[in-house]
Amino acid sequence: MLPPAFDYAAPRSLSEAVDLLKSRGEGAKVIAGGQSLIPLLKLRLAAPSLLVDIGRIPGLEYIRESEGFLRMGALTRMADVEASPLLGKKYLMIHDASKAIADPIVRNLGTVGGNVSHGDPANDLPAVMLALDAEFAALGPLGPRTIAARDFFLDTYTVALGHDEILTELRVPLPPPRSGGAYLKVEQKVADFATAGAAVFLQLNPKGECAGAGIGLTAAGPKAIKAAKAEEALVGRKATDPEAVKNAAALAADASDPASDIRGTAEYKRDLIRLLVARGVERAYGRAKGGAG
Amino acid sequence: MAERRHITVSVNGEPHEADVEPRLLLLHFLRENLGLTGTHSGCDTTNCGACTVVMDGRTAKACTVLAVQADGREILTVEGLAQDGRLHPVQEAFLSEHGLQCGYCTPGMLMSAYALLEKNHNPTEDEIRNAISGNICRCTGYLNVIHSVRRAARKMNRPKTKHRQHLR
Repeated sequence: MLPPAFDYAAPRSLSEAVDLLKSRGEGAKVIAGGQSLIPLLKLRLAAPSLLVDIGRIPGLEYIRESEGFLRMGALTRMADVEASPLLGKKYLMIHDASKAIADPIVRNLGTVGGNVSHGDPANDLPAVMLALDAEFAALGPLGPRTIAARDFFLDTYTVALGHDEILTELRVPLPPPRSGGAYLKVEQKVADFATAGAAVFLQLNPKGECAGAGIGLTAAGPKAIKAAKAEEALVGRKATDPEAVKNAAALAADASDPASDIRGTAEYKRDLIRLLVARGVERAYGRAKGGAG
Repeated sequence: MAERRHITVSVNGEPHEADVEPRLLLLHFLRENLGLTGTHSGCDTTNCGACTVVMDGRTAKACTVLAVQADGREILTVEGLAQDGRLHPVQEAFLSEHGLQCGYCTPGMLMSAYALLEKNHNPTEDEIRNAISGNICRCTGYLNVIHSVRRAARKMNRPKTKHRQHLR
């Protein structure tokens, strides 16, 4: 399958890239690893007149903690997330997701920025970023700005980036003490789109109750979903209280709006989400208690 | 008609220059421009891994890379594995362990196995399974592929002289 014809530019700086995007209006599209966009082009679901390849812009591949955040440069590849000792030790939910995304070959080229800005509700990082209350840095013609993850995912393939804006960094608040997270996903086979997935983050108080909770859902509707009511239902409750977990899981399932397709009926998927959230709470609690992240 | 781009790609150690349409896939650049048909076109949807090549030391699915993205990079294809008429130990091992039947997935499997063994000289079975999880095989049931990769690892870990003798 051949993608439709397009012009191609490989700028060496972000400002040059923004200028190119601005000059071409809605017809220009950013490409990084291309692992989501190239399949879409081949299916002719996208037909940009210009691809702006940001993959050669230096300085956008990093994973580091500074000024209150874990910061991942937009071009950081999923394989490097998976291999990062920092993420493997302290940010287990992100690490879980990095092993669940597509397959190891795709992860060699796929980037964290692409995974969120593609806006596919079946991608894994959006739910993770929602659960972690992350924020994204973007650069456009008017300069840099920050967008909260909860305001970022608008609809299928639609995110809160202007056509001339580029996502530059993912920022996750440094985890407080006694916190931990987990990401669970069910897929029919390696690299299939998720049937459903759940990201759960818990922060415990010294009594072992949930002081804060974050829950994000994958493939649970037309966009990545933040299950706010389920989060609230856990606060002040013990994560080991079966009633509290059952209630939160049911609320998360209620917040979902999955579609029936070849991976299962909507009813099945809602039940799966309920189950994944309950298991996610259990795993996140174990990690928070153990101080494992 | 989009403007063609001039690219220089190193393939199996040799630089190749071409003027290509931006939409040309690396897969088609290898197969059609360079005549290197060892890299197979399978699903064409990033699923099967038959088109796997090694780009700058990491595996990539050539059906999901634009040729322009490979500009300035080093590509290794299955044709680049054998040296001086001698099969690479990974290829030898697939032969010995019956790691293939129809052979369609084999170039991709070989490249994934090669990239794994370059990074990890003594992989566990789990690590092998993970490394080939992006490559679909419909003949072997994967077990013989796993045996092949383990055999290749053993072979490559032997001292050089002994390994040469073995290959002869």
